[in-house]
Amino acid sequence: MAELLRDRETAPGARAFDGPAGPLARAREGLRAYGLITAMWIRSTMAYRTSFVLTALANLAATGLDFVAILLMFSQVDRLGGYGLGEIAFLYGAVSTAFGLADLTMGSMERLGRRVRDGTLDTLLVRPVPVLAQVAADRFALRRLGRVTQGLLVLAYALGSTDIDWTPLKVLMIPLMLISGTGIFASVFVLGAAFQFVAQDASEVQNSFTYGGNTLLQYPPTVFAQELVRGVTYVVPIAFVNWLPGLYVLGRPYPLDLPAWVAFTPPAVAFACLALAGLAWRAGLRSYRSTGS
Amino acid sequence: MSVRSGRFRLYAAVAGGNFRRFATYRTATLAGVFTNTVFGVILAYTYIALWDERPGLGGYDQAQALTYVWLGQALLMAMAAMGGGFETDLMERIRTGDVAVDLYRPADLQAWWLASDLGRAAFHLLGRGVVPMIFGALVFQLALPDDPLTWLATLLAVLLGVVVSFALRYLVALSAFWLLDGAGVAQVSWLAGTFFSGLLLPLHVFPGALGEAARALPWSALLQVPADVFLGRHTGTGLLAVYAFQAAWAAALLALGRLLQGLATRRVVVQGG
Repeated sequence: MAELLRDRETAPGARAFDGPAGPLARAREGLRAYGLITAMWIRSTMAYRTSFVLTALANLAATGLDFVAILLMFSQVDRLGGYGLGEIAFLYGAVSTAFGLADLTMGSMERLGRRVRDGTLDTLLVRPVPVLAQVAADRFALRRLGRVTQGLLVLAYALGSTDIDWTPLKVLMIPLMLISGTGIFASVFVLGAAFQFVAQDASEVQNSFTYGGNTLLQYPPTVFAQELVRGVTYVVPIAFVNWLPGLYVLGRPYPLDLPAWVAFTPPAVAFACLALAGLAWRAGLRSYRSTGS
Repeated sequence: MSVRSGRFRLYAAVAGGNFRRFATYRTATLAGVFTNTVFGVILAYTYIALWDERPGLGGYDQAQALTYVWLGQALLMAMAAMGGGFETDLMERIRTGDVAVDLYRPADLQAWWLASDLGRAAFHLLGRGVVPMIFGALVFQLALPDDPLTWLATLLAVLLGVVVSFALRYLVALSAFWLLDGAGVAQVSWLAGTFFSGLLLPLHVFPGALGEAARALPWSALLQVPADVFLGRHTGTGLLAVYAFQAAWAAALLALGRLLQGLATRRVVVQGG
């Protein structure tokens, strides 16, 4: 322990982690810690097996309710915003899977505000493990697999029921879209957590961008006003999760006047968002000044 | 007389205290209002698309459908259909054994929590409901009632709805006496609340038998009934009939809660240690 603590400043809010040298080594260390903490929470979850099964099923059903609502809509109409059920299911499945994966891996960061409020974040700062990894893995909830499962099921249904003019590029686009989408939503979770260092009680604002974004992207962009579509394309670029790549796969035009190659930019957008979120996280962590009580 | 008025003062104090408890978190309230508004906007556009495709769906015109959306956002927290009410607190008290303290208080357990939940609902109606509703009315074309009596009638329907919602969640909370970890039951109940209250889609849009069943279940008292009163679908004796519907569910569920509470306190050993 003494060696581990040796070259670290003890004041909270200073450099939180200064273990292995180099960003790559630090990232590896962070991932390893994330894996260990996650495994611990999974073991703890399994202590109440019945409750786990119930909550996982409830999670699957709860997240599937949106889709049931869409199915109910389609019991009354054939098209919504010019899109058929299969096409909407495709958009829905893609965003649910991506959001579900981000929620599974990073969703615990929502709880940061509480830790800042009651000062328990201090405990995480004195451990020789990257704080981001600890916060992301804190109370890891395996039940969130329910949303991922649900999203994949709807996506499978959509791929089976929609006529898509498949090309190798479109096939490649599916995994690309899911991974980039996960990255974009993960960056929203990290950004939201960084924001909670400043506005501890305002954690619900981030729900507008996570759950709200997820709900928005379940429907085709033609449903919404142009200004809203512009906002989620240029300002908070969640349209890159499934609208831009998804409409390319479906062979539909995007309602904004953008060149065709933009459909292939989600990985770059995800990377940029994650880098930005990382910087915001560092700034937020540095501004942390414990509770003082 | 003095005992009775003392009782009333006690429960009024519990309700008032809980109102103030929720009113303390102003930033959180603002953040919540923001989120309700964002969801209102998203839902409003999907409803516009739906009613463009099928004008008059479920007996609503587009303005009424949009009013329904914003009323749903305004009542969402007050009804605690998706959670956020007292039930997690009570379940935690049952799990830790603190409920023993509640049981030897000179107050009835159910009435105590009902009073506290009414205080919470009153705050959420004002703090979380008013601003999204105003935003919705400014940005979208809503069908707001002209008659002030309709507003009052809606308020009564909302009150009855909150009592039904409480009675349902009280049953959920009591399940912790047997299960200890009531998280799964609570989630299933929030799920049913979200779906069958009409929060996702008006129950009139549900097809056939599903629609009829959904409209007969207690959850329809939470949003569908108050919304229809607000939109002027129930007047005269029809209005009395829906009040009776809400009151009957409230009475039946509260009675069931009493029964379960009696069983729980007689048969179940309180956790301790």
